Amino acid sequence: MAELKTTAAVSGMGHSMKRKEDPRFIRGKGNYVDDIQLPGMLYMDIVRSPYAHAKIKSINTEKALKIPGVLAVITGETLAKYNLHWMPTLMSDTQMVLPVEKVMYQAQEVAAVIATSRYIAADGIEAVEVEYEPLPVIVDPFKSILPDAPVLRTDKKDKKDNRIFHWEVGDRAATDKAFNEAEVVVKQDMHIPRIHVASIETCGCIADFDRVNGKLTVYMTTQAPHAIRTVFALVAGHVGLSEEKIRIISPDLGGGFGGKVPVYPGYVIAVAASVVIGKPVKWIEDRMENLQADSFARDYHIHVEMAAKKDGTMTAMRCKTLADHGYADAAANPSKFPAGLFSICTGSYDLKQAFCEIDGVYTNKPPGGVAYRCSFRVTEAVHMIERITDVLAQELKMDPAALRMKNFIPKEKFPYKSVLGWEYDSGDYAGALKLAMERIDYVGLRKEQLEKRAKGELMGIGISSFTEIVGAGPSKHFDILGIKMFDSCEIRIHPTGKAIARFGTKSQGQGHETTYAQIVAEELGIPASAVQVEEGDTDTAPYGLGTYASRSTPTAGAAGAMAARKIREKAKKIAAYLLEVSPDDLVWEVGKFSVKGAPQRSKTIAEIAFAAYTNHPQGMEAGLEAVSYYDPPNLTFPFGSYICVVDIDRGTGAVKIRRFFAVDDCGNIINPMIVDGQIHGGLSMGMAPALMEEITYDESGNVQGGSFMDYLVPTSMETPSWETDKTVTPSPHHPFGAKGVGESATVGAPPAIVNAVVDALSHLGVKHVEIPMTPERVWRILKEKGVAL
Amino acid sequence: MAMHTIKVTVNGEEHQATVESRLLLVHLLRENLRLTGTHIGCDTTHCGACTILLDGQPVKSCTILAVQADGHQLTTVEGLEKDGKLHALQQGFWDKHGLQCGFCTPGMLMTSCALLERNKKPTELEIREAISGNLCRCTGYVNIVKAIQSAAEQQA
Repeated sequence: MAELKTTAAVSGMGHSMKRKEDPRFIRGKGNYVDDIQLPGMLYMDIVRSPYAHAKIKSINTEKALKIPGVLAVITGETLAKYNLHWMPTLMSDTQMVLPVEKVMYQAQEVAAVIATSRYIAADGIEAVEVEYEPLPVIVDPFKSILPDAPVLRTDKKDKKDNRIFHWEVGDRAATDKAFNEAEVVVKQDMHIPRIHVASIETCGCIADFDRVNGKLTVYMTTQAPHAIRTVFALVAGHVGLSEEKIRIISPDLGGGFGGKVPVYPGYVIAVAASVVIGKPVKWIEDRMENLQADSFARDYHIHVEMAAKKDGTMTAMRCKTLADHGYADAAANPSKFPAGLFSICTGSYDLKQAFCEIDGVYTNKPPGGVAYRCSFRVTEAVHMIERITDVLAQELKMDPAALRMKNFIPKEKFPYKSVLGWEYDSGDYAGALKLAMERIDYVGLRKEQLEKRAKGELMGIGISSFTEIVGAGPSKHFDILGIKMFDSCEIRIHPTGKAIARFGTKSQGQGHETTYAQIVAEELGIPASAVQVEEGDTDTAPYGLGTYASRSTPTAGAAGAMAARKIREKAKKIAAYLLEVSPDDLVWEVGKFSVKGAPQRSKTIAEIAFAAYTNHPQGMEAGLEAVSYYDPPNLTFPFGSYICVVDIDRGTGAVKIRRFFAVDDCGNIINPMIVDGQIHGGLSMGMAPALMEEITYDESGNVQGGSFMDYLVPTSMETPSWETDKTVTPSPHHPFGAKGVGESATVGAPPAIVNAVVDALSHLGVKHVEIPMTPERVWRILKEKGVAL
Repeated sequence: MAMHTIKVTVNGEEHQATVESRLLLVHLLRENLRLTGTHIGCDTTHCGACTILLDGQPVKSCTILAVQADGHQLTTVEGLEKDGKLHALQQGFWDKHGLQCGFCTPGMLMTSCALLERNKKPTELEIREAISGNLCRCTGYVNIVKAIQSAAEQQA
């Protein structure tokens, strides 16, 4: 980071300013969806399927409707009258809102009860009688893709199998040739299991349709309010919902992590109910509904191979992957990328050949493919490359750090064109790993490991040197349902020199109200404390694609800087007028223009702002405001090197993370305190699937892990004290050199932990351990190897 | 459904309410009294977002019935600030970046408030044990621990 340009009073870039949003949260005055009560509001609860695959023979609503306070029961038949029983997913697949013929996964929405209180709505769903006829269930994606598997999506007329897509990237022939010529080849199968973001706030909404003026307002847990508005207009346009009459308000969100990007059936049913009844309808999921029906991530079955020379030079990589999407492809990937940005899988290494093929497949599980704090399948890609790198090191008996150093893309080669087509903007991978090794005393740890091993103790050291890919657009390649992935900012400077800045993104805890204000402060010299940041209301904020995939700083943050620079250009003309000089004679220092060679003659931004409304030059429009829609020229490529030290209990198989040192490089930093917080949280959500979290299904498609009893979110006891440091390699194309950071640690951490566990067991012949590395799974390995106590 | 008239003192203020037997305490607070700082995150006593103090003890208000609170003293996050001055824990969480989305924060504050009442100088392990029934998905707990340590120092 360059020197600070602003004082703490202004708090531009680089200041660890305390968060502007915190005063309301620490007082319990946040405003989350379930905190909102509207006059006459009704409550909705949802009947869900006990079967993973079944015909619906009948739905009897009579008893439910007899309960005092139950006003309506909505079924698929109700919605079918308006052709609203199906909706598009963000990947242009289709998904049921409510079923008419059959259910496709356990906990699928079957009917909705609208009542005067949430308790009566719950009574109502107990009284709805549904008769099912169970159908054969497919939970295993390897069975689902077989040619003779029963076709699940019988709603699709021409569908003859369960395949969603087949996607290939890279040169297959050239890669195969490199493998044929290789001195060493290693192979590994790995599964990245199905997991759930489990933000502490579940999903929900209040749909409020005003029959008098035809306006629909939806208070909603969404990370992408504008995109949602457009989807609603497209889905319900034929019943009269026009986009100018739809207002989406995303209030404070209790975490998102990707789980609040999709449109879930509950939102649509609540909207339909409010339109039909003419009153506000609130729907809030409980935790079981949230864990059993929404926002699943991952579920990639990977086979990967690496070719290399005997000296450790990597020459080629190839992989074949089966992606289990559940019954609908509801991922939120850019439309041209069915497996997201998985082709970042050559990682930090200067690989000359690579080839990937990925098949997406339907099963009787809830719609999957949503992110888990990960930008479009990058976690799967990083797991694969960082794991196979360690498998190669083990095969060659090389130190995994030395193998990485040998194969890193050298920093002189940036911008670097990867063999799978990405142009990495900037990087210094060796620098990050070197710093991590020094900070954790890698050499000392290896010595300690030898001593421990001699005593029969199981200690392991694992490395992950990941490369992220975030900040989508550019719009040339990136869109969601055809909407280009730019983002936006509108800034208005008030006459007294204060500002309001509105953005097309939506914070879920990342601290945008603070960091965006700091961007404006840096560019205009207006104190960040005097810049009011607003997001999440589609009636006021400029159009943007929302917050996910670590894209806010790279896109909307950039838009903030560009809008501020437009304002500065106009301010310069006003200052020239006030100082009676040519604009060319002025120089900008933070917060003021002064005359070249006469610094005492100057005008502050506050003076200029006042003049913009009280004394502006003739021929110039009054006011001082600007809007920017920023379309990034490229993605950004944050990176880092993580080193994890584990001790394994030979009695229980429990893995304890003794130390974890994270060196991250996200380019120039807006607020170091917030970046550290993002890394801490990201590391925790990287540790979680590595050690604890997994959602599995039995043969009948019954979900196992559908409540916090079974789905183990890490507590303060399992989570170690994360240690962090940073290197700073600015992005050359971003307006202020930033790259984005929210997901780096979730992406980078899991293979460091797996590599540490395998390292602890490598002398026993262990080459790979699947995640989550639960005590049971590890203990079974210890038992097999004869070292369990 | 049988109805009951109950009296509870919340943040020093006495309230009377007529409630169904099955009404959860968290709903009494959030919907009847409109104290929405206490949150609901799981319904099964795992996440701790609904933690309040009942006669000074931290309890999870999503698994207590409102009628069980009859005659008791309750403190919610809204009761921490006194005379316009933030509680040391509120200040600590703000100073040390002990929160991100803010959803678990009220429960974290109430649990740690009870901890500091019974242990003025908790060790890191004691802090981690005390908050182990409160889930946070954003912070990785590192800065929450620092925030509680900072509050303990401020109060010393």
